[in-house]
Amino acid sequence: MKNLNILLLAVMIFTASSFTIQLNVIGLNEGYKVGDIATDFSLKNIDGKMVSLADFKEAKGFIVIFTCNTCPVSVRNEDRILALDKKYKNLGYPVIAINPNNPAVQPGDSYDLMKVRANEKKFTFPYLFDDGQKIFPQYGATATPHTYILKKEKGGLRVKYIGGIDDSSRNAANVKIKYVEDAVDALLENKTIKVTSTRAIGCSIKI
Amino acid sequence: MRFFRLVKCSVVVSSLLIIFSCKKEVKNQVKLEENDLIEIYNYNELKPLLAKTDERKIYVVNFWATWCAPCVKELPYFEELQASNENVEVLLVSLDFPDKFESQLIPFVKNKNLKSQVVLLDDPNENEWIADIDASWQGALPATLIYNSAKRAFYPKSFTKEDLFKEIEKFNKI
Repeated sequence: MKNLNILLLAVMIFTASSFTIQLNVIGLNEGYKVGDIATDFSLKNIDGKMVSLADFKEAKGFIVIFTCNTCPVSVRNEDRILALDKKYKNLGYPVIAINPNNPAVQPGDSYDLMKVRANEKKFTFPYLFDDGQKIFPQYGATATPHTYILKKEKGGLRVKYIGGIDDSSRNAANVKIKYVEDAVDALLENKTIKVTSTRAIGCSIKI
Repeated sequence: MRFFRLVKCSVVVSSLLIIFSCKKEVKNQVKLEENDLIEIYNYNELKPLLAKTDERKIYVVNFWATWCAPCVKELPYFEELQASNENVEVLLVSLDFPDKFESQLIPFVKNKNLKSQVVLLDDPNENEWIADIDASWQGALPATLIYNSAKRAFYPKSFTKEDLFKEIEKFNKI
């Protein structure tokens, strides 16, 4: 009987621990869902200064875009990202670009080359380096480009949209639905966002 | 189908050219052969290839692009898989930029001498077809679908050669 009890206890401990491990794995992989509160961060911008979302006192929210120098899909979307910043910065939703790639794996995405690319394309928004790759896993970004729209609320930065910039990442001429614009427009008008998460072609994040 | 129509049209045009000008005909013929390597599909045209039903086969569908470094790295593993297993059928679905079809994709497939079937998926409505291929896929490349009549699995990641062959083993056992 005693042996049976010990066996039972062992089974219980084993079950409980495997359950915990499984939960941790899910937590790591999934990142934020729409409705979650997103973390702020302090990441180095291309001008050498540290940037946090809390620095933007006047902002109503943010268009956070994980993007990089080397991914051809990101490059194809640079003009669209610039257009988003131009349109929405003054309305309270600036673009914050973050490079999530590990330059040891993808040398073209080094901090120094981020400065070069930002200069070439005349980025009007912060282009931050996720040094040590701590931030993108918390958000759950899986690709470049990958967009998160955040809204400032009393409880923090609420995730309102996750996904693609529009419905045609490879060809700007074929865009029919501008998901990010539609979502920010809805937020500005206090309306419900119709499409809160989408998928889009992109490059895997280099870890 | 759109592409086939284009090919048919080119055939008519090049036949006319044969009649009228020998020189131009040769040039057109080469181009036709090159384009023949790869078909351009929209998602509705691709979909039947993601649900084939020969019970003896394991179907491996790899989503890739010439510009995707981890994709290019693992391509030889898929080629080897195709070459070394009679019951495996590999399909390489390129997500290259449609406007780089002739300048990038065709030369790449020719230079690498790829033996597996290659198609270009050109369909702008990516939010819908990415989810339809697999609910767990956000759209990052590379990604691979492996299925047979009994089992279907999706891998939104890169493979090492060992891992790929191990996964195929799991399907072989069924």
